[in-house]
Amino acid sequence: MIGLFERFGNLMLSTFEEIGRWWQMLFRTAFWSVRRPFEFGEWLRQMVRVGVDSIPVVTLTAMFTGMVLALQTFNGFQRVHAENFVGSVVALSMLRELSPVLVGLMVTGRVGSSMAAEIGTMRVTEQIDALESLATNPIHYLFVPRVIAGITMLPLLTLFGNALGLYGGRLVTVNLLHANPVLYDQNTYQFLEMNDLTSGLIKAAVFGLILSLTGCTKGYYTTGGAEGVGRATTDSVVMSSLIILLSDFFLTKFLF
Amino acid sequence: MNANRKYDPMISLRDVSKAFGGKTVLDKLSLDVAPGETVVIVGGSGTGKSVMLKHIIGLIRPDSGHIVVAGQDLCCQTPLELNQFRRLFGMSFQEGALFDSMSVFENIAFPLRRNTDKSEKEIRDRVQECLELVHLDGVESKRPSELSGGMRRRVGFARAIALEPDILLFDEPTTGLDPVISDVVAELIVEMDERLGTTTVTITHDMKVAFKIADRIAMLYKGRLIEAGTPEQFRASPNPIVQQFIEGRAVGPLTED
Repeated sequence: MIGLFERFGNLMLSTFEEIGRWWQMLFRTAFWSVRRPFEFGEWLRQMVRVGVDSIPVVTLTAMFTGMVLALQTFNGFQRVHAENFVGSVVALSMLRELSPVLVGLMVTGRVGSSMAAEIGTMRVTEQIDALESLATNPIHYLFVPRVIAGITMLPLLTLFGNALGLYGGRLVTVNLLHANPVLYDQNTYQFLEMNDLTSGLIKAAVFGLILSLTGCTKGYYTTGGAEGVGRATTDSVVMSSLIILLSDFFLTKFLF
Repeated sequence: MNANRKYDPMISLRDVSKAFGGKTVLDKLSLDVAPGETVVIVGGSGTGKSVMLKHIIGLIRPDSGHIVVAGQDLCCQTPLELNQFRRLFGMSFQEGALFDSMSVFENIAFPLRRNTDKSEKEIRDRVQECLELVHLDGVESKRPSELSGGMRRRVGFARAIALEPDILLFDEPTTGLDPVISDVVAELIVEMDERLGTTTVTITHDMKVAFKIADRIAMLYKGRLIEAGTPEQFRASPNPIVQQFIEGRAVGPLTED
């Protein structure tokens, strides 16, 4: 019985430690992000890694999500003779919710994990200590470019995902299910507000911060050799995905 | 380079204690290193030699005690001051710890690009100079993974001296190298030390290397320095633990508990 309490206590402690560490790293990254020297080359490299290299994955994800969304909605709406509103549903769902969340999750798997693995390997091979010994703060050199890339690239990827999702939805509804194209387009844009787009993009920026900072932090605190790197990688994906899904609800509820 | 003569001792550890998860690694350890001196710390595996070295450069903070390097107390520095403070140091790591995403040239140029306003040509010259000092040639464009263990160490040395540090720290410079290459690396340390006039702290468990490079040898055992002296004094130490370690015997006080 005591053992049970002890385990529960340890779990709570480590959870709070983890949360505290995350916020500490956020503040340290913010502190160093305005310090010289600015490694613009490194910033650019990370932006390419997060942004450009994720385009194929985002293309497929967004496109097929838009397509299946149209297929399902059409199926349901047909029963109540509302198939003309498929366009509105697809557009609203993609812009406000699906595009930012799915892009966030896909990029977490692709890039967040590799950040954890890369920085984790640098930790266990003493490369992070080497950075410090060369008068270079590892937060400054490793975290800042990655987090900036996350915050800037995720909204862009989401914007791209929005366009493809809308296109995918239209493709299915108009070309496959032979709905009226004019009505479809009209209903797609008629009910959209600017806030639908911006709220999705702001969410995406927050997700970008979450996945990059979590990946970096998990890597930074890696212990225990190759096995530790593996653990850090898995943890970073699980934790980022969870925080993204939880924060998604609260962001939607309170901000928009 | 002789700015370091101002401070005596250059490095001072006072009653430094450190424990990891309840296990005491350093127990009120004290050590002074004079400017320009070459000190070698020996001791068995897992006795906290690396931990001690990382305290000197501020990578690990002590639980209690004071560390003063070049007149600066490491206890109370802001992150920015600590960064500045690290420019005093060049450190070589166990496996070299080269940045594997960069070529040899970029590795050595890294501290110069980060911390100086040198032009691209000056950087190239300085990298060349550093590589010559460690007797390497024609490896600039190679990746760390293409180098042998001994070469990796030497590139690590070159990177460590790029910013002309006052203090050099070597963490197990010969571990994992064959005896001949070990000797080459040891000679290189002696040569670098003479040419650069730096204060040097080396940790190793290789007694041959220790006797070759040291002005003074100290032995770390159970978190304390149990013996310290010139190589001759050290060799003649009456302490059975020291004698067992020098001779590398399996039977003795070191292995009893």
